Amino acid sequence: MMISANLNTYLIISAILLVIGLYGMVQHRSLIGILISSEFILNGAALNFMAFNRFIAPNPAVGQIYTLFIMGIAAAEAAIAVSVIIAVYRKYRSEDPEQVQDMKL
Amino acid sequence: MIVYKYIAEALFYAFMLLTFMGGFMAIRSKMLMHAVLGLAVSLFGVAGLYFFLGSPFLATMQILIYVGAICIMIVMGVMLGSTPDQLAAKNFGGRNIVLALITCSTGFVALFVAIGQTKFAPAAERVGDMSIRFVGENLLFKYCLAFELISVVLLTAIIGAIILARDGREDKAL
Repeated sequence: MMISANLNTYLIISAILLVIGLYGMVQHRSLIGILISSEFILNGAALNFMAFNRFIAPNPAVGQIYTLFIMGIAAAEAAIAVSVIIAVYRKYRSEDPEQVQDMKL
Repeated sequence: MIVYKYIAEALFYAFMLLTFMGGFMAIRSKMLMHAVLGLAVSLFGVAGLYFFLGSPFLATMQILIYVGAICIMIVMGVMLGSTPDQLAAKNFGGRNIVLALITCSTGFVALFVAIGQTKFAPAAERVGDMSIRFVGENLLFKYCLAFELISVVLLTAIIGAIILARDGREDKAL
């Protein structure tokens, strides 16, 4: 049996991506590490959209448009997050989220 | 001809492995730069999975936008932040590993059970195909709002990033 033509395979892969992202978000000790983990979560969601688009959606363009939208949102989110992290690093000289207690810059 | 199917299946396993290996590298490495490299590897594997899902266009976009743009931006953030040995010393051992493992295993088991028990019924009829032409027509006519909205969001993000990162540059010499 070919597992590459099975919906559940992709759903489980994206669940594992989500779990990897969650683990990294809880465990990482720096703001950049948390940003990297959030990219994994977004990718899991996008892969889910593409899997449903391939196997059960009535219009096969919708899932691709959703995934493109997620990529755009991820790019915007990464740009904002990196600039916030740079501003926080200038203020606190640290990237540890526990040392960043107040956000008044 | 059957051999091509096996080669394709082996490639699928390879991309799946690439995705997971990159993910584990990203969350378990001590250096942030290695974590970004793991992210890039994992995103490359996901691009291969998009290829298997019938959309070479999205696979290309994944490599261009994620691996090419977002990873490079995160690398910039890493290089402007703390020095690698400071972070490596802190990351040694990590934080909240027990908490993270509990969260992840609970979430994964819940999702696994849900995926296993749900019956997904395919749509009765499918219109159109997976081609770029069809996607482009949908994007410009039926889903025009999403197209316009994402450009506004990106423009706002660019302006916001410039304003946030420029702040405090004049009075402090770095």
